[in-house]
Amino acid sequence: MTEIPELKTTDTASKSITRRRFILGVIASGGIVAAANYKFISSAVHGQNSSAGERLITINVNGMQRRVDVMKQETLAWTLRYKLGLTGTKLGCDRAECGACTVLIDDVPHYSCSTLTHTVRGRKVTTVEGLASADGKLHPVQQAVVDTQGFQCAFCMSGFIMSAVGFLKTNPNPTRTELAHGISGNLCRCQDYNKILDSMMRGAEYMRRA
Amino acid sequence: MAVIRDVMPAFDLLQPSSAADAQKLLQQHGEEAWVMAGGLDSFDWLKDRIKKPKVLVDLSGIDELKGIRATGDDLEIGAMTTLTEIVNHPEIKAKYSVLSDAAELVASPQIRNQGTLGGNVSQDARCWYYRGGWPCYRAGGNICYADTPVGRNREHAIFGANRCVAVHPSDTAPALIALDAKFVIQTPKGERVVDAEDYFLGPEIDITHLNILEPGDLLTAIRIPSTWAGAKFYFEKVRDRNVWDFPLMNVASAMMLNGGNIDRIRIAVSAVAPKPMRLKAVEDAVRGKPADAATGEMAGQLAVQGAVPLQFNAYKIPLMRNLVKRAIGGVQEATWTS
Repeated sequence: MTEIPELKTTDTASKSITRRRFILGVIASGGIVAAANYKFISSAVHGQNSSAGERLITINVNGMQRRVDVMKQETLAWTLRYKLGLTGTKLGCDRAECGACTVLIDDVPHYSCSTLTHTVRGRKVTTVEGLASADGKLHPVQQAVVDTQGFQCAFCMSGFIMSAVGFLKTNPNPTRTELAHGISGNLCRCQDYNKILDSMMRGAEYMRRA
Repeated sequence: MAVIRDVMPAFDLLQPSSAADAQKLLQQHGEEAWVMAGGLDSFDWLKDRIKKPKVLVDLSGIDELKGIRATGDDLEIGAMTTLTEIVNHPEIKAKYSVLSDAAELVASPQIRNQGTLGGNVSQDARCWYYRGGWPCYRAGGNICYADTPVGRNREHAIFGANRCVAVHPSDTAPALIALDAKFVIQTPKGERVVDAEDYFLGPEIDITHLNILEPGDLLTAIRIPSTWAGAKFYFEKVRDRNVWDFPLMNVASAMMLNGGNIDRIRIAVSAVAPKPMRLKAVEDAVRGKPADAATGEMAGQLAVQGAVPLQFNAYKIPLMRNLVKRAIGGVQEATWTS
């Protein structure tokens, strides 16, 4: 009973406490908002695996079934290079504008930087590492590149080889112009196109002979 | 803008296996859903962090949307049919070569292997201010950065600009208009079939969209009627590089001749206006006239009437005049190959 009048007499003090408490409260609740925000973001990132589909998937790369943990938004180039260690596939522009990341999906050339890994489940991915035969014998197009010394810096090489291999599957006996058209989705900053075409034409010849 | 090479921000990836499921998902997620066909347009937006959809609906697993089927005399092309399939399809090559010619001139071989017909006609504008994330009219803002005295607008519109001066970037769209194609759209209210030219929207109607698709709608197929089978076709695309580039301008025409005279004709140009432009006045003017250089010259003059060039794109007026002339009168010069 004595406490109530005491509170009334200390009116100003209680007000200041209230104000301080109020300010503290704002800081605390701000913290809570921020924490909730953080929790929301992290759950938005990590919550996906439970919400829709699996993240641990199996993809067929170079004839092998590879089990790999893939984010929903992950591109095939990212998975190949940073999850599976297949760094023969290069990342140039990451915008489907250079061709360095070209791989074969079901024998058709695609830009792996612009393909979601989740969309190649059940399909056959071939990278430059998968061209040579099991005994280490190079693919005819690879051998032709070696024989012709077709590239300068060769950053673009694996992309060019994959494009050419894919194109030669549908047109094994192309003219130089047809082949140039077939591999026109790849860029070489060394501007070494003539020698690249020389080696790809030789590769086509090796393939026909084999 | 610096190019970001990190993994894209997270989104939920939904991979329906039937058109009905896809449509249900689009309906369910409404404006939050992003429809992805081949993905070549989508990834630019997502990687640059300019569009941040919560849900991505990937159509690549829907087999019923792929392939080319004959329905009676007509041809039905699934919206998810790749451009390469269209280029190589014997019946399209034989009867509707304007479409295969257009498809073959899109971007690069790898892009044609992945890019789809539905995606090609539904892609967004390529104006780099808009693409760069500038808050322009098309992005919901209240300014156009291209249409200023110093704006870089060499690729922009000479017709139909209304605040926004971006052009429609598709190569297959004018070919489909020339063929009088019909677009089949599944909407929450049922199927809707529209003429090719009515699929596209100008900024005077909707400044933030290039086509009539509403949230929840799905373009499922494009029908080519047999009306123009075996017509005299012409397609030409002008661009800076012979690979990858979007058109500075393209033209597509279909003509039925009767003793050297033009009996019926449809002609469309793109990359001159915010939507692919059918040249009805030209069609009316040349009907009954011989398909020669003189008629072409007249048609070209007529086609560019009313054009309003910007600071850096006045070259598009003679370019359009000449493309229309060639589309009607033919061309003797060698064509470019890549």
